Amino acid sequence: MDMKVAKKKLGLKDKYKLMTRDLGWEPSYHSKDELYPYMNYEGIKIHDWDKWEDPFRLTMDAYWKYQAEKERKFYAIIDAHAQNNGHLNLTDARYLSALKIFLQAISPGEYAAHRGFARVGREFPGVGPQVACQMQAIDEIRHAQTQIHAMSNYNRYYNGFHAFADQRDRIWYTSVARSFFDDSMSAGPFEFMIAIGFSFEYVLTNLLFVPFMSGAAYNGDMATVTFGFSAQSDEARHMTLGLEVIKFILEQDPDNLPIVQNWIDKWFWRGFRVLGLVSTMMDYMLPKRVMSWREAWDIYGVENGGALFKDLARYGIKPPRGWDDAEKAIDHMSHQFMLGLYQWSFGTAFHSWIPSDADMDWLAGKYPHTFDKYYRPRWKHIKKLADAGTPFKNYGLARLCQTCQLPSVFTEPDDPTLTCHRETVYKGEKYQFCSDGCQHIFENEPEKYIQAWLPMPQLFQDPINGDLGEWMKWVSLLDGKDNGDYAGSEDQKNFEAWRGLATTNQ
Amino acid sequence: MQIDLRTVAIQPQRQAFDHLVRRFGDKAASRYQEGSYDIQAAENLHYRPTWDPDHQLYDASLTRIVMADWYALKDPRQFYYSTYTLTRARQQETAEANFSFVESRGLADMLSDELRAVALNVLVPLRHAAWGANQNNTTVCGYGYGAIFTQPCMYHAMDNLGIAQYLSRLGLLLGDTEALDAGKKAWLDDASWQPLRRYVEDCLACRDPFELFVAQNLALDGLLYPLVYERIVDQHLSAQGASAVAMLTQFMSDWFDETRKWVDAVIKVAAAESDANRAVLTEWTRQWSARAASAMVPVVELALGSGADEAVGEQLEAFRARVLKTGITL
Repeated sequence: MDMKVAKKKLGLKDKYKLMTRDLGWEPSYHSKDELYPYMNYEGIKIHDWDKWEDPFRLTMDAYWKYQAEKERKFYAIIDAHAQNNGHLNLTDARYLSALKIFLQAISPGEYAAHRGFARVGREFPGVGPQVACQMQAIDEIRHAQTQIHAMSNYNRYYNGFHAFADQRDRIWYTSVARSFFDDSMSAGPFEFMIAIGFSFEYVLTNLLFVPFMSGAAYNGDMATVTFGFSAQSDEARHMTLGLEVIKFILEQDPDNLPIVQNWIDKWFWRGFRVLGLVSTMMDYMLPKRVMSWREAWDIYGVENGGALFKDLARYGIKPPRGWDDAEKAIDHMSHQFMLGLYQWSFGTAFHSWIPSDADMDWLAGKYPHTFDKYYRPRWKHIKKLADAGTPFKNYGLARLCQTCQLPSVFTEPDDPTLTCHRETVYKGEKYQFCSDGCQHIFENEPEKYIQAWLPMPQLFQDPINGDLGEWMKWVSLLDGKDNGDYAGSEDQKNFEAWRGLATTNQ
Repeated sequence: MQIDLRTVAIQPQRQAFDHLVRRFGDKAASRYQEGSYDIQAAENLHYRPTWDPDHQLYDASLTRIVMADWYALKDPRQFYYSTYTLTRARQQETAEANFSFVESRGLADMLSDELRAVALNVLVPLRHAAWGANQNNTTVCGYGYGAIFTQPCMYHAMDNLGIAQYLSRLGLLLGDTEALDAGKKAWLDDASWQPLRRYVEDCLACRDPFELFVAQNLALDGLLYPLVYERIVDQHLSAQGASAVAMLTQFMSDWFDETRKWVDAVIKVAAAESDANRAVLTEWTRQWSARAASAMVPVVELALGSGADEAVGEQLEAFRARVLKTGITL
């Protein structure tokens, strides 16, 4: 028998290189600028794309294999959950408000990330980052779909889920998350990577996903927690990509530092505002709470974020400029925001409610310096009105921040009794902001933010013309079903009746 | 005897999400429908792209094709992420088994030098073409309109990458790293490959997502896959005893059979939408397939020599018959 010629032993790294970056070539029939046209306009200088270190090494065959295993498990569990009326194992149907917000505001963000990563996965002229971004692009559509599928069964039994696609584009509070993702996608490829790949996936994702998925686990929501576990290994890849991107850009040229720092400042504050929704979930919406927003911030913000920025200091990166204002807001934001949601609950496709005395005691324990002093009295007043049959509703239009699109419900960083309000005049028009951070972002790119679609002015245009009923029709909100106080809602009645069927013999 | 388990019966409040009820009626929706229809933001987009201020963030006018409803471009395979990955995971198991069969039996070493050279010369440079295809489909996914159309393009792009990687493994198995180096050199410099490389680079410069879909997935792949994997590998090489190569490219043959059904369905619906669409699609298909055919001639020559003209001519005939069924007369 012939002697086989021994093949060269290739290391993992070399082999992966042959499977990815060796596929690329220098074009000669078109210039590189023509094929990769968006590489220069942001001012980022990249001298050598080969210096890119692959954050993970996954060939497509392995990707299909691992992902398919996870998919099989995921769908087996949510099928069983649906078949066995798993929704009756929830602690309480109040929990579903958090899920409704998630489906209306966050899942569409997963889809946007899918498209955004497809774009940057095409535009970077280096195979290494292209492949990593493309894998994230396909992961993100996975996340959008598994979330929709996990929540689909809740939609069959509960209100508020049914119009998520309409509300994504039309209802006022989803434009907070939508404008965030639109902002990142309308930025250039490098900024998109700092916005989503780094700031969102690396710095902030723990503050979003860990509370959400732990909240699901604590409250008996097997469908969502299964999604969370299933997405975990994807997220780990996305985080390593986010970190590699920032290091790569900073190592390529010292001129990149101020640009990147500016983006970190911007996207930290943008992200922090979006997370306001999570703070209300953690402190108010979970019947069985995991930890307070303050505690989550101390772990995932202060500890983890602090370590990260210490690590990045060797590149000259400083902690984001809004960091101190964020810290000052932590003990206030969930209360201010939930009070806002309650008074505008006629216009939300989820329920809010007045916290019980026991809940207020819990909040007082978690927020010893702020809750009893500033927020318990307001809830008590609201409760008195509700008990008297005249519940507090604010039909006045919220003043929305031109940048983050949240209503201006937040207070001055150093004075919790004074609502924070900023104004900038640009080309003769007045623009309103909720904070210094948002004003600063606007003033850096006014031509971008004057384009923002603000949902409140829409109320006075065709086809609504100031008519609340018409507006509800336009946002597919069913009055008396999707909105308002949880107490007395259909969701509450149905959940209690069904649970009675399942747990008693009445 | 059948025993019916009793469960607590609860009356559902509704069957499906509103946007799916509007499209398909008041009944339970499939997971494909839930994961695909209307999940791209469509209204009140906030900011115009700083990289392209003349357009919206998602903009149907980036292409000359006009659809009243982009969600008409359904994928007959009904692939969403789960069904897609499960399908490919099964196929990669087969591919893995084929590679290890060829390796463990030493079948690669039994190939004659001549046939091995043909296989390497034709197949290895195609890993670069597949990488081009990956980028092109990523473009269509990134800039096309409507999730039902763009979603399968992302899957297609990842398939293109997978194919580039299978071709790389084939090269390593039959000729080690030298084969990959030689293949890249041929792709960059050899006269045989320049028309095809030029075609791929022209595609990379094309920014009309639907035209790119036609140029890459219909015109080029519609000729390249049957010519290379059916005629050259499955017929020409196998007939001479090199069926080991066909085992290594089974994934590509199966993949082409499956994906062309989706490509045809998309073209057929878009062409049936209007005479204007049909005219544009006909123009694109004619131009790009004529170029693809002439780019393929010197590649096919590497295996079939003087028979290349005839083979490409026949394939072009078959291609005409194929697109005729989608409403396009060449």
